[in-house]
Amino acid sequence: MDLSYSPEYEAFRTELRGFLEANRSQAPGHGGNGLAWQKLLIGNGYAARTIPQEYGGYGGEPDILKSRIIAEEFARAQLSPGLGGQGISMLVPTLLEVGSEDQKRQFIGPTLRGEMLWCQGYSEPNAGSDLAAVATKGVLEGDHWVINGQKIWTSTAHLAHWIFCLVRTEPDAPKHEGISFLLFDMKTPGIEIRPLVDMTGAANFNEVFFTDVRVPAHQIVGRRGEGWKVANAILRHERGSLADPNVMQSRLNALIDLMKAETLDGSRVIDNPVYRDRLMTIQGRVQALRCNDLRLLSAAVNRQSAPLAGMVVKLQGTELRHELEGFAVDVLGELGLLYGDTPRLRGGGSWQRDYMYFLGLIIGGGTSQIQKNIIAERGLDMPREPKPAKA
Amino acid sequence: MEFGLSEEQVMLQDSLARFLAGTGGLERTRTFAAGKDRRAPDVLQGLAELGVTGLIIPEVHGGVGLSLLDAALAAEQLGRFVAPSPFAATAVMAPLALIRAGDAGQQATWLPKLASGAVVAGVALSEITGARDGAGVEARDGRLYGRAQFVVDYEADLYVVADRARGLHLVAADAPGLTRTDFRTIDASRPTGELVFDGVVAEPLKAGDAPAAVRAMIDAGRVMLAADTLGAAQEMLDQAVAYAKGRVQFGRAIASFQAVKHMCAEMAASLEPCRALVWYAGHALDHLPEEASVMACHAKAHLSEVGTFVARTATEVHGGMGFTDLVGLHYWFKRIGFNRQVLGGPQVVRAEAAALQGLVA
Repeated sequence: MDLSYSPEYEAFRTELRGFLEANRSQAPGHGGNGLAWQKLLIGNGYAARTIPQEYGGYGGEPDILKSRIIAEEFARAQLSPGLGGQGISMLVPTLLEVGSEDQKRQFIGPTLRGEMLWCQGYSEPNAGSDLAAVATKGVLEGDHWVINGQKIWTSTAHLAHWIFCLVRTEPDAPKHEGISFLLFDMKTPGIEIRPLVDMTGAANFNEVFFTDVRVPAHQIVGRRGEGWKVANAILRHERGSLADPNVMQSRLNALIDLMKAETLDGSRVIDNPVYRDRLMTIQGRVQALRCNDLRLLSAAVNRQSAPLAGMVVKLQGTELRHELEGFAVDVLGELGLLYGDTPRLRGGGSWQRDYMYFLGLIIGGGTSQIQKNIIAERGLDMPREPKPAKA
Repeated sequence: MEFGLSEEQVMLQDSLARFLAGTGGLERTRTFAAGKDRRAPDVLQGLAELGVTGLIIPEVHGGVGLSLLDAALAAEQLGRFVAPSPFAATAVMAPLALIRAGDAGQQATWLPKLASGAVVAGVALSEITGARDGAGVEARDGRLYGRAQFVVDYEADLYVVADRARGLHLVAADAPGLTRTDFRTIDASRPTGELVFDGVVAEPLKAGDAPAAVRAMIDAGRVMLAADTLGAAQEMLDQAVAYAKGRVQFGRAIASFQAVKHMCAEMAASLEPCRALVWYAGHALDHLPEEASVMACHAKAHLSEVGTFVARTATEVHGGMGFTDLVGLHYWFKRIGFNRQVLGGPQVVRAEAAALQGLVA
């Protein structure tokens, strides 16, 4: 056990703090512009750090601890860590791994610079938990794929320039071997986007319909029928990112502040032992997940494995976050019901909104029940459910 | 940056597990529970030979000089094998009392004997973490008066007693004026009981800061009980998974039913982060003084909740067999129940965690 960072890393941290202090006024929300901020961060190696220079990145050596220090220091300074989104977090790593040289040169740079926004076309009405059942059809006609079908839960589809999309191109192949991973422009004729209003009242997601959408044949990542493999590599990446324990910690701190500020019958809520006990229960669970995260970080740095510790993060993290937000609503009582533009609203309605939103994240990215199947089958080596006999 | 176990720590756990399995494991505990003898000298002797009784005692006093995290790793194995052995008091809390508050003479007299297992020390401070039945100990003119309940490692030759003012005292088990009353609890693997002091002449530990030593003893004791629960709960989960794979109903292993799989997955998902929490809390005892007490409370409370959940769920996975003495799962169930209440139940330690953070007006 050694929780300290070596002098090299402490120096890196000090340098980063200096950078953030000197450039605070250029950050979005502090007078700066998001695209210029992103460029500045890439130029200094604080965004797109390990992506090769020829593709528009900084070209640094992969270093898990430096990545962690960057995340910690931007959070500490409460400054934007640069652009995110599914293009940067999911498509870029995929292209680096399996994209062609042309695809890397064409897409990675503009994506990193924020000039090219992406959405993810995975889920369908009949392919949710059973994602490999995607039925959106792609038929090769000459040098174009012709695409017909429907996607759902497509966040940012209305803003995205391009989509990365799972399409069934080999209808006669086994389920997992008949899918291809295609990239195409959202302005292609035949694409219709319908916003999907969710229980929070916002349209965080969309439905996307494809009617004879023509996509150049070379805009495929990997080979025909390899789309499932390509997609899976990055799905695991998404699951971990839905439950960042450092975000959980800052939400917990905000909850403690809320309990100190709010009163019930003239006394602070924090002084009520029933509420305080519940707060401490939640704090204990947050601590357990933070320690688990530290273990995963250390395992990654030291090339050790802790598979079960990784598998439980999405399930435990989203469930706990939902509970934390729901408890904050209880702290507020009737005031916790206030939502939208209304008098006496607390925290911009964020407690109620995140309480609902995290129910969405419990379901999205592989439901809690799917996570439990994964933990049982891959983590505990329990047998799969037998397939029903064909009629 | 390294947050994981070293090779030496893994070896420590492995050799302890080999020894405990060799004693007969559950069968040894059954014999102990059925017998009249309230000590298991063979188990204690083996632990002493492995260095477990002297784990945190400095080498100069005949110990191994390892850390409190190492002690927590040992506690985890004792819980895994429901070992009928003293540990939290004699190997951790009592040595801490002597190291932190004893003078050189007291250390030289007692630490080597604790390290070798020649002397077992119990710790009587339950009244500091929550007095029941109006119990408590007063110190007046070098003598102790009052009552201490639920003594940790009660079957002992020597007691470290905390009085109401958090002063610490050494009392021999056969001291005149000391009356011992054995308790029977659900947990047959670790006897406990109460001590009544009627003007017992006691030897104070007054070389160091006794209240600070009491704090350190409670923190460390709580982490040891949490680690014991971690080992016990992991064993129950492992047994539940193995049972579900072997048990066939409706023509298939019940492990292939999602209802059963999800019970096991929920246990694993709750328990796995507990491992890192116990490591962190154990590490904090020696290296992060500003966090140690709060993390000890969280480890104790959280492991109690998760342990209780696993104890109940693993029993259910076994169906009716889980309820029987034949399978013996109840030994772990009861061990987890004991760990939950001793040195402060979850509500008590959570209230303390809030107070330690300045959240109580």
